[in-house]
Amino acid sequence: MSAAPDAILAVERLSMRFGGLVAVDDLSFNAQRGHITALIGPNGAGKTTVFNCITGFYKPSAGMIRLSHRDGQTFLLERLIDFRIAQWAKVARTFQNIRLFPGMTALENLVVAQHNVLMAASGFSFVGLLGLKSYGTAERAAVDKARYWLDRTGLLGRGDDLAGGLAYGEQRRLEIARAMCTDPVLLCLDEPAAGLNARESAELNDLLRFIRRDHGVSILLIEHDMSVVMEISDHIVVLDYGVKIADGSPAAIRDDPKVIAAYLGVEDEEVEQAEAEVGR
Amino acid sequence: MPNATASTSQPLPIVAALKDATVAALIALGLFFFLIGLNTDQGPSGALEVFPRFRLLAIVVAVVFAGALARALIFGRAPIGVGGTLTPWLSQAGDRIGPYVGPALLGFALVVPVLFFHNRYVLDLGILVLTYVMLGWGLNIVVGLAGLLDLGYVAFYAVGAYSYALLATHFEWSFWICLPLAGILAAFWGVLLGFPVLRLRGDYLAIVTLAFGEIIRLVLLNWQSFTGGPNGISSIPRPSFFGLPFNDEPGGFAATFGLEFTATHRVVFLFYLILALALLTNWVTIRMRALPVGRAWEAMREDEIACRSLGINTTNTKLTAFAVGAMFGGFAGSFFATRQGFISPESFVFGESALILAIVVLGGMGSQIGVATAALVMLGGFELFREFEQYRMLLFGAAMVTIMIWRPRGLVASRTPVLYLNGRKGAAAPAAQRKS
Repeated sequence: MSAAPDAILAVERLSMRFGGLVAVDDLSFNAQRGHITALIGPNGAGKTTVFNCITGFYKPSAGMIRLSHRDGQTFLLERLIDFRIAQWAKVARTFQNIRLFPGMTALENLVVAQHNVLMAASGFSFVGLLGLKSYGTAERAAVDKARYWLDRTGLLGRGDDLAGGLAYGEQRRLEIARAMCTDPVLLCLDEPAAGLNARESAELNDLLRFIRRDHGVSILLIEHDMSVVMEISDHIVVLDYGVKIADGSPAAIRDDPKVIAAYLGVEDEEVEQAEAEVGR
Repeated sequence: MPNATASTSQPLPIVAALKDATVAALIALGLFFFLIGLNTDQGPSGALEVFPRFRLLAIVVAVVFAGALARALIFGRAPIGVGGTLTPWLSQAGDRIGPYVGPALLGFALVVPVLFFHNRYVLDLGILVLTYVMLGWGLNIVVGLAGLLDLGYVAFYAVGAYSYALLATHFEWSFWICLPLAGILAAFWGVLLGFPVLRLRGDYLAIVTLAFGEIIRLVLLNWQSFTGGPNGISSIPRPSFFGLPFNDEPGGFAATFGLEFTATHRVVFLFYLILALALLTNWVTIRMRALPVGRAWEAMREDEIACRSLGINTTNTKLTAFAVGAMFGGFAGSFFATRQGFISPESFVFGESALILAIVVLGGMGSQIGVATAALVMLGGFELFREFEQYRMLLFGAAMVTIMIWRPRGLVASRTPVLYLNGRKGAAAPAAQRKS
């Protein structure tokens, strides 16, 4: 599959093996710029493995992951180390099991995310150590950006509270805010709606739409909550046992028999029929 | 009837208390049988003989029994534990007097040489305490802020001391040239240690740093031609007052300033020198916490993987923590060398690392004032109980257990954020509400 002209992310023939286990097998898909692309599939389908390959936490066994910026700059993510992917290729992510800095305040969590900008402004600590004015300006700008995202995620009143003390839904939103503070072009969200109630899920949908519309950030999403996936996704990729079984618009995916079979299982006679076909 | 069921399902308090006390007494008997019950001493023939001391043993066990009984009757059977009755009271008192402790300690440190000018013992003790305050603050960067458990910190202390001693004795460079060089060399060794342990975490990191500390000591001990081996390095030049030596000659410090010569001048100078070095450590740490690198250290302590997902180069972040911590260890080492005038590998054993780590952990990881207080209490305590030599370690252990029960996260467990969204006051109010 060749990359479409405006694909922000092109995954080509990606495979990830752990010893004898093939977690992801020859997977190819594209994520369009400015779209919300959802990656769905039953438990253990290899969705998070794909995420970890894209964000550099795993080194893929085979395949290519190409990310292109609006200005035409491209990055081959499988060749970059995890923190370089966030720093250079501008891919931000959240985690399935929330990974905040629990002992630091919400504000500090968001300022840590702006580390590389501030590090340069502090002259790699030497200028900052002397307390020069330029660093103070950069720090204020960082706090302002953090304030903006706290406001957007409805956490403005909790900015000085410890991240570990926030409610579950608030922690989820803070993690998204933190990822956004790195100025990403692609935001990878690993089950952002897990553990949220219906109202919080609706708020999450609004937040993600806002991020895409007003900040031009493309979103790649792993999600089990179909109310989120079907409502906001532009494009859905379905994985089962590490293999792509479907790829298309939400409406097409909803009616795809293979997807229904993967999620709900198939009738016994269909299994027999399939076995007969392969000659057992 | 209800009474009867209650007594069968739940024994009377006195019975339960007696049971507790008996168990405690039995444990004490088992523990102290060999420690107290049997004593080896020189017998009449001159050989070592075992003398039983069963009466003393009986008294100790009886005391434990009575104590356990009293505790069970007064406080009930609930174990004294985390969040015990003392904790809220202590932390509230800490909140109230907290802001004044630091300035008060600093003010006291500044006037010590004036108050105790004629008391050499106090001055020496003050220098010792300040040395450990500085070491504690240095290690606090690595352990408290960056969360890298370093059991071999004494290695950097040793590198600093030997760098200073060798540079000063071979090249006869002045203290003020050798001090930064010793710091740089220690930082270099910090980075050198950092590289192999980059991928290690927790227990594994602790083991490797422990080994590193031992390797440095063994090299110092065995590289006779370079370090003097077990004989160490002697006649290390004493520091001068920016070129003026502390002696009774015409060009000396006393003569230049028209003072009567006394050896105390040098001690007072050393006191202020280590105070300045310690304050420098403190200042740099406080500044770095407010800089991105310091925030990255703390974030790394909280969650390294999240750090990497935000584009933070954790390799560099770890190495700077090791380097900065080691540099201050090196400064302290060169101060130690110039103060003692003689160093040998015996001064850099694992016990020192453990003591510094204990200061950091008991003081509260990451807390500057807590570490300083812990250094003062522990070294002051050591001196205070010097007369009860045999029981010193016992008291030390008791103090440790007490702290672990009542303040499991150290004397000063609270962390003050560097940045506030709504200003310091806006943050204080909700914090107070949450506590009540």
